[in-house]
Amino acid sequence: MIHSLFLINASGDIFLEKHWKSVVSRSVCDYFFEAQERASEAENVPPVIPTPHHYLLSVYRHKIFFVAVIQSEVPPLFVIEFLHRVVDTFQDYFGVCSEVMIKDNVVVVYEVLEEMLDNGFPLATESNILKELIKPPTILRTVVNTITGSTNVGDQLPTGQLSVVPWRRTGVKYTNNEAYFDVIEEIDAIIDKSGSTITAEIQGVIDACVKLTGMPDLTLSFMNPRLLDDVSFHPCVRFKRWESERILSFIPPDGNFRLLSYHVSAQNLVAIPVYIKHNISFRDSSSLGRFEITVGPKQTMGKTVEGVMVSSQMPKGVLNMTLTPSQGTHVFDPVTKLLSWDVGKINPQKLPSLKGSVSLQAGTSKPDENPTINLQFKIQQLAISGLKVNRLDMYGEKYKPFKGIKYMTKAGKFQVRT
Amino acid sequence: MTDSKYFTTTKKGEIFELKAELNSDKKEKKKEAVKKVIASMTVGKDVSALFPDVVNCMQTDNLELKKLVYLYLMNYAKSQPDMAIMAVNTFVKDCEDPNPLIRALAVRTMGCIRVDKITEYLCEPLRKCLKDEDPYVRKTAAVCVAKLHDINAQLVEDQGFLDTLKDLISDSNPMVVANAVAALSEIAESHPSSNLLDLNPQSINKLLTALNECTEWGQIFILDCLANYMPKDDREAQSICERVTPRLSHANSAVVLSAVKVLMKFMEMLSKDLDYYGTLLKKLAPPLVTLLSAEPELQYVALRNINLIVQKRPEILKHEMKVFFVKYNDPIYVKLEKLDIMIRLASQANIAQVLAELKEYATEVDVDFVRKAVRAIGRCAIKVEQSAERCVSTLLDLIQTKVNYVVQEAIVVIKDIFRKYPNKYESVIATLCENLDSLDEPEARAAMIWIVGEYAERIDNADELLESFLEGFHDESTQVQLQLLTAIVKLFLKKPTETQELVQQVLSLATQDSDNPDLRDRGYIYWRLLSTDPVAAKEVVLAEKPLISEETDLIEPTLLDELICYIGTLASVYHKPPSAFVEGSRGVVHKSLPPRTGSSESAESPDAAPSGGQAAEQPAVIPTQGDLLGDLLNLDLGPPVGGPPIATSSVQMGAVDLLGGGLDSLMGSGSGFAPAPSTAMPANLGAPLSSGLGDLFDLTSGVGTLSGSYVAPKTVWLPAMKAKGLEISGTFSRQVGSISMDLVLTNKALQVMSDFAIQFNRNSFGLAPAAPLQVHAPLAPNQSVEISLPLNTVGSVMKMDPLNNLQVAVKNNIDVFYFSTLYPLHILFVEDGKMERQMFLATWKDIPNENEAQFQIKDCSLNADAVSSKLQGSNIFTIAKRNVEGQDMLYQSLKLTNGIWVLAELRIQPSNPSFTPVPVPFPTFLAASFLWVGMSCVALTHLSVYLRTCCLPALAGLPAVAGFGVVPEMPSTGGVPVHLPSLRNHPEELRCCCSPSSSSSPFPPKEAGAGPVCMSPFLPAKEPAPGNVPPAPGPWKPVLPSLVGLG
Repeated sequence: MIHSLFLINASGDIFLEKHWKSVVSRSVCDYFFEAQERASEAENVPPVIPTPHHYLLSVYRHKIFFVAVIQSEVPPLFVIEFLHRVVDTFQDYFGVCSEVMIKDNVVVVYEVLEEMLDNGFPLATESNILKELIKPPTILRTVVNTITGSTNVGDQLPTGQLSVVPWRRTGVKYTNNEAYFDVIEEIDAIIDKSGSTITAEIQGVIDACVKLTGMPDLTLSFMNPRLLDDVSFHPCVRFKRWESERILSFIPPDGNFRLLSYHVSAQNLVAIPVYIKHNISFRDSSSLGRFEITVGPKQTMGKTVEGVMVSSQMPKGVLNMTLTPSQGTHVFDPVTKLLSWDVGKINPQKLPSLKGSVSLQAGTSKPDENPTINLQFKIQQLAISGLKVNRLDMYGEKYKPFKGIKYMTKAGKFQVRT
Repeated sequence: MTDSKYFTTTKKGEIFELKAELNSDKKEKKKEAVKKVIASMTVGKDVSALFPDVVNCMQTDNLELKKLVYLYLMNYAKSQPDMAIMAVNTFVKDCEDPNPLIRALAVRTMGCIRVDKITEYLCEPLRKCLKDEDPYVRKTAAVCVAKLHDINAQLVEDQGFLDTLKDLISDSNPMVVANAVAALSEIAESHPSSNLLDLNPQSINKLLTALNECTEWGQIFILDCLANYMPKDDREAQSICERVTPRLSHANSAVVLSAVKVLMKFMEMLSKDLDYYGTLLKKLAPPLVTLLSAEPELQYVALRNINLIVQKRPEILKHEMKVFFVKYNDPIYVKLEKLDIMIRLASQANIAQVLAELKEYATEVDVDFVRKAVRAIGRCAIKVEQSAERCVSTLLDLIQTKVNYVVQEAIVVIKDIFRKYPNKYESVIATLCENLDSLDEPEARAAMIWIVGEYAERIDNADELLESFLEGFHDESTQVQLQLLTAIVKLFLKKPTETQELVQQVLSLATQDSDNPDLRDRGYIYWRLLSTDPVAAKEVVLAEKPLISEETDLIEPTLLDELICYIGTLASVYHKPPSAFVEGSRGVVHKSLPPRTGSSESAESPDAAPSGGQAAEQPAVIPTQGDLLGDLLNLDLGPPVGGPPIATSSVQMGAVDLLGGGLDSLMGSGSGFAPAPSTAMPANLGAPLSSGLGDLFDLTSGVGTLSGSYVAPKTVWLPAMKAKGLEISGTFSRQVGSISMDLVLTNKALQVMSDFAIQFNRNSFGLAPAAPLQVHAPLAPNQSVEISLPLNTVGSVMKMDPLNNLQVAVKNNIDVFYFSTLYPLHILFVEDGKMERQMFLATWKDIPNENEAQFQIKDCSLNADAVSSKLQGSNIFTIAKRNVEGQDMLYQSLKLTNGIWVLAELRIQPSNPSFTPVPVPFPTFLAASFLWVGMSCVALTHLSVYLRTCCLPALAGLPAVAGFGVVPEMPSTGGVPVHLPSLRNHPEELRCCCSPSSSSSPFPPKEAGAGPVCMSPFLPAKEPAPGNVPPAPGPWKPVLPSLVGLG
């Protein structure tokens, strides 16, 4: 099981260590540093590194490496999942997960880590249980604590932990009873030169914010549940009813949680909501190339595409780019060769475009690789897969809750090859 | 007000300041001080000096302060064990607290304090907590048992905690069940023989129920545990599968993968015609695809596992090719894995898509990835024949880009395509030749040269091309030199007239100016071939080449089956069985897929099935590099080392119960041999090989009889890959009364090694180094040194299993390495082993029949005198000789270093190849090992030797030592079990083991019999079957092999 955890920042300093069994010397991280040196970028550090007596499993998030040390055969996914859970918890507690924030709250961090794992076995990883055991620091509480001498460590056993619904505490009370569901879909796609789709899939989630009194029992049904290829549920969802009726039936946790994540694969034809017209050429003889891209909407069911960002990694041979956008702002960083263009909203009547010339290093041959264009966008009030919630019902409680559903489509890894 | 302020007090005297604050009266100040201490601890500062002051703060009703102090205690208790005792009272008190949170906290923390004295106090509170009314306390206590076991396993067993833990599997609370399973699994890992997780249909049912209700982490533990269960028939397998399938929809990817493991394993038992089988296959694909949209680290592990799954059951993901397409901002480790799987899934149906993608990748920036993509195109060509043409044209397009590394990589793969489809794509050779000058990597140059040589008749200027390479012959790498030599010889055979000069030039370069033995040898072979018989040369050099196989990197099926059982574990990430890398591999039990059973077969005992599968699987498992080395040695050296190299290779071998059966068949038929599963060569190869080697050994045999006993050739004991580059090979010898261990240390690492030291574990005969290991100069890379280490037999004695097992630790400046080896027993035969005639007769009669062993050796054509003199060289003395019915009988004796006598009778039957055992009217004695020591030098065919042995019991009062291998316990009546060894056609298999004793009298009374003397050949390597593993004796536990060589 998990022996120890080291937190390492981008410059290679270990700024926190926690051991759940015997203490492992931090020199074990030398193997990690070696691997880090070999990898060109932080993202490329392999997640599993063997050392003579231990294994180092790491995740890289928020510019911090979370390195777990294990000694025996342990499912690596278990460790990596747990590490991600640690990061999520930190984020949940402190708003952001950064080195400064962790150092600022080192004692809480330590207490939380101790609570999450016992002897390498996960103990409490549900955020609402943890928060009952160790209350997240807020300015108000810090002030109150200094005055009254009380602590931010809960001294009662979290109530829900051993019930049949460990995710929900008892005795929840609200004056406004409300339940909001956000259907968020991310579209991952690779589009080839000619504009046809090579692969496209949708990763969807339904995030919920439920603030309901008592022990409500909810059912959520879809207009078209067969769309969903693969689903993963929050533990509260009754699997049997989904299997037989395709209905989500559950007693929700209190507060924010991810009810469901799903996957719509390439077989179900995925509509691509935007297109890019591009004309990029690095001419051989002269040291000037042409660059022109235009972004336009398609199949958006009349909804506006907004928050559009275009970025592209130019080849090394590119010295500079002289471009004029029809809207938005653009930046080209001559050092990293990264071009980014913040487009904003797409007006279907007047398509945004970026035109200009590329100056190449003189004397070298033209770059062999073509830049790939990375696209980000958002479309409100649209689930691109066509998924629609039919109705939401509540049982078990008498009051009438306020219900709300929001849809949104975003670009995930959306790449256009040129 | 943030905690970062705790870091700022770095000025001098910090510790004193903290000390004062810790002892302050104000609660608030105390707490702040403890927080500062913890903050220092988190960054690795040593604040252990504050131990007593911090512990003083423990007595408090402030829970946060208490927790902080506990945190501190866990870190530092080990360094201050005496002080830690101070905390015990508070712990014990807290375990009685009415608040379950505090009870749980106390028992949890106590378990984390790794101090022996504290653990004693822990037992009572723990016992109570295991039966606590609150499930939260119970589940914490369950984990605590695992902690305690880690600190003091004996204590846990003595206190009966294991049984309590097993009871918790039936607990009403699923969380408690999950933790109990997790704790038991962890304990079982260090305790492979114990049957802790006794899985039966009832307990499986409980686990399946708990599975639905416990936390995600608990589900992982339960699923991993379920995967070890062997359902009794396909119906049970199906019902488990049905109950596990919902886990595929879990948000936690570790749960998903563990569920996939269970399903993949149990699917093996389902009939393919079953509807359910198809449903299950369909259900497996979506979750696997979903794993690929997770974070890159998770993707990586998932991809490594998918790689296995795709090889085992390609049908699951055959339609999902697209999800493995690479995104340009994937981390490189994900890209490379995706590429691998794309090739595995490539088929005629999707090859166009795949090729288009691969071509796209070949223009990316990352060099490693581009290279692999180009290679992948070649592999597609080889795998999907219909696509070969398209692949070749894609490769040609890539060559046109003139990007250096792309061109080189393309040429390497085109060579493979030529091999697979000869005489089909030669039209491209011209294009390839254009790029000749830009090739700077040896592999590409070698590939190009091969192509030129192979198609010399179609390339007009082949001689010019090759000549241009020849100019810088000595600067080329060996690979290129060898290829060039072969290519020019091919050219010469095809166009003999124009190229005579060229071939002479290359032959002289290779044979006279090169110091590379491979090159020289190849040069000489060609030279001789060409000069003696050019026609034969043509036949040899231009022979038709065997087609290359479709996929070269497929995992060998039995290994794949084993790895499928390890889905989701580190083994699946490394594609190696855990035994190859997990520390303390003796704990690793091989797993195997369940055999497919129909309902009709289900009557078959469930136990028999798995073990049968195991036995079948074992011999075929791909040898690790070390074993492979052993096998290679076998082939090279032939019979004289046929068995021992494997037996003595560094992996610790267990005894295998082949001995009895093997011998029975031998005695019965007189011609059967014990099966030799791991000997690489078929039996009929033995004769020619051995006769060839006979010459070799005849040379040494004459010397051997004069100067001392037989010395086995050196075998590799510690392969370099297991010891960070240090390779140790060696043998044992006995020269004029002194035993020595002859070692060759070879440094195969890149750094210099120094500070060598050696130590032996206690062993059966008290072998110990008589002098320290002397390596005078540091060992440079690729250098080796020969050392003869004198041994004595005054070390401490402990019975080993097998008896002649010797566990050795070697230290150098890098690390400590462990290996075990078997020493030949004859090194222990002392020079004064000749017994007086009268005494011999008297003793002979006193030995009970049970103490006898007899066996025969065939294919040994020595006459009695030759045998006698040979054996004498190894201190086996002939006491008498007589002739009965034309058969020579020898009576012999020998004495071991610990004073045990072994007497033997040797009957030699001239020219009677089909021998049948004849009951001998009176018991005779013979040392079992003499055949080995004496005769392995010669391999002959006409004589058979009849050997009847009997062993003396040891003196009364000496420590009873159990026999080797199969019979673990001694009857106390004085009857000594003797294990009859089987005898194979390699006499060296036959060795003798005796129990240690320090008898001063050469004739111990037979009633005394506590120590058995037993014989056993050491059959070559088989891993011990699970459950048959003898408990490792003694406190010195070798850890074999260490975690190396994973790269």
